[in-house]
Amino acid sequence: MVLEIGKLTKAFGGLTAVNGVDLNVKEGHIQAVIGPNGAGKSTFFNLISGFYPPTAGIITFDGKDITKMPPNKIAKLGIARTFQTTNLFEDATVLDNVIIGNRLRTKSGLFDAILRTKRERTEEKESIEKAYKALEFVEITDLADEPIGSITQEQKKRVAFALALATDPKLVLLDEPAAGINPGETDGLAALIKKMTDNGLTVCLIEHKMSMIMSLADRIMVLNQGKRIAEGTPEEIQNNPVVIEAYLGSEENEPIKV
Amino acid sequence: MKGFLTKRNGILLVLIIALLLPFIVPNEYVLHVMALVCIWSISVYGINIFTGFTGNLSLAHIGFFAIGAYTLGILTVKADWNFWLALLAAGVLSIVLGILVGLISLRTSGHFFTIFTMCVGYIIYLVIDKWDTLTGGVRGLIGIPNPSRIGPITFDSLTSHYYLLLCFLILTIFITKRIVSSLLGRTFIAIRNSEELAQTIGISTKKNRLLSFVISCFFAAFAGALYASFVRFIGPEVGAIFLGFEMLIYLVIGGLGTLTGPVIGTILIVTLTQSLQFLQEYKMLIFGPILLLIVIFYPQGIAGAINKLTNKWKAKRTKDNKVKEQQTTIKEVG
Ligand SMILES: Nc1ncnc2c1ncn2[C@@H]1O[C@H](COP(=O)(O)OP(=O)(O)OP(=O)(O)O)[C@@H](O)[C@H]1O
Ligand SMILES: [Mg+2]
Repeated sequence: MVLEIGKLTKAFGGLTAVNGVDLNVKEGHIQAVIGPNGAGKSTFFNLISGFYPPTAGIITFDGKDITKMPPNKIAKLGIARTFQTTNLFEDATVLDNVIIGNRLRTKSGLFDAILRTKRERTEEKESIEKAYKALEFVEITDLADEPIGSITQEQKKRVAFALALATDPKLVLLDEPAAGINPGETDGLAALIKKMTDNGLTVCLIEHKMSMIMSLADRIMVLNQGKRIAEGTPEEIQNNPVVIEAYLGSEENEPIKV
Repeated sequence: MKGFLTKRNGILLVLIIALLLPFIVPNEYVLHVMALVCIWSISVYGINIFTGFTGNLSLAHIGFFAIGAYTLGILTVKADWNFWLALLAAGVLSIVLGILVGLISLRTSGHFFTIFTMCVGYIIYLVIDKWDTLTGGVRGLIGIPNPSRIGPITFDSLTSHYYLLLCFLILTIFITKRIVSSLLGRTFIAIRNSEELAQTIGISTKKNRLLSFVISCFFAAFAGALYASFVRFIGPEVGAIFLGFEMLIYLVIGGLGTLTGPVIGTILIVTLTQSLQFLQEYKMLIFGPILLLIVIFYPQGIAGAINKLTNKWKAKRTKDNKVKEQQTTIKEVG
């Protein structure tokens, strides 16, 4: 297991956004997290990536306890994430946005910068190479010199993926990557997510688009009001009466084609 | 046609003008003002590293300017130190105090950070104003010496002093450029862009903010020390908050987070101020609206506006070239 989560709980004042959730994620799997709006999915990711300290519970990544670690240390250990709303540096080019992803693997400091030392130059070169590799992976190398402000929503999602990949992660957390994207483009992103696991990564995925989840996920966890109400393979989840009652039956999601 | 209006030629031209300035100015007074421009600019470059590139507003900056000025003043006047040694001491002290202040104040963020640093700035001002025995209180410090000679070079004439300050300004711009285009600079900009995203990709916002803050304090103190030796007399008002705001105005008008903005803004506003002397306090009636217009229409100041224009121009030119290429290929095929 890459990720082992035990009794994870987060309370915001009186509201328990995540309530005693257990989850084990196997290496190379695509683990989906679904649930109605406000179920606590994003909060769950924020706990894993260190943005919120948990109220209770334990998170183990690669055998290390990361429960109380700050986000930048967790990133260094190999967890990358994208946000529900993409936030990239709008004025800079695609390449500039992605180059910084390798910063956590570099050591150059103030004196390297001022004296432009050999270390600075090699690390800069490495960072650019890694950025190009990441852009190649998400298939937007030709956009490298475009400013973020001038590319499409779907291309921005790909840049966000590339930035996450440039940090050299083992586990990638994707928060609604297909939100605000048309169906044709969704298939492209789904293929990309599959490609990540083919390359040895593990993926945790929050998504509302059920057809995408059902075809992509190895396992699915369902959250409702902060509690885990089910966990299993896509087939098990689709036939689970509790899930259908709480979530799949509701009208806000697209119907599932079985 | 192509190649004459390049960036390099522009920089070269400005540099030549700056170097020839002592021979072309009508009187010593103008040269005196331009020397002051060099000093203010160095300090504004300091603000720019932290506020422009890392994205936090510190109002303690002017306090560090005063710390630099007084360190040099006290060490040279009261302890008879050599100028260069005192300058070094001012730099070292600003780094030590910058780390201390930064460690405490950077625990807060956003508006709270700004208010906190304003308090720090005010405390520094008060200490200078009240600690009579050390700082001379409101009477200030008189008779701060010129920079001591280096071998055959002396700095007693205005012209030589101007050249020294110009050298320091060029060095400051060079260092800023190196920092901004380095991995470290990219890190600062990433934090400015989004703290959340920066942390996600493994950047320690705490450590990098502190570093940027200390660099900024260092430039402030360095400029302050140069100021003390240039005007020869300092009083507590070198640490007054309004002076800090004035420098901030130079930066905003010149261009936050740009490489040339600090010097452009400083030259522009200082010359404007000088030529509007007769308006006295009412000059703010002119600056206020200008500042507002710039903040609204050109958030990256004059330098930002120029950059945008040249980028547009370049984009148009490459487009034109592409069209031409297509036309020629069509002709060839035809
Ligand atoms: N920082 C916070 N402070 C207080 N309450 C919060 C905070 N973050 C989230 N919440 C609350 O926790 C609950 C879960 O929010 P969360 O964003 O995790 O839901 P979600 O499952 O991601 O929903 P969506 O599908 O809309 O993205 C919500 O009721 C939300 O209002
Ligand atoms: Mg969410």
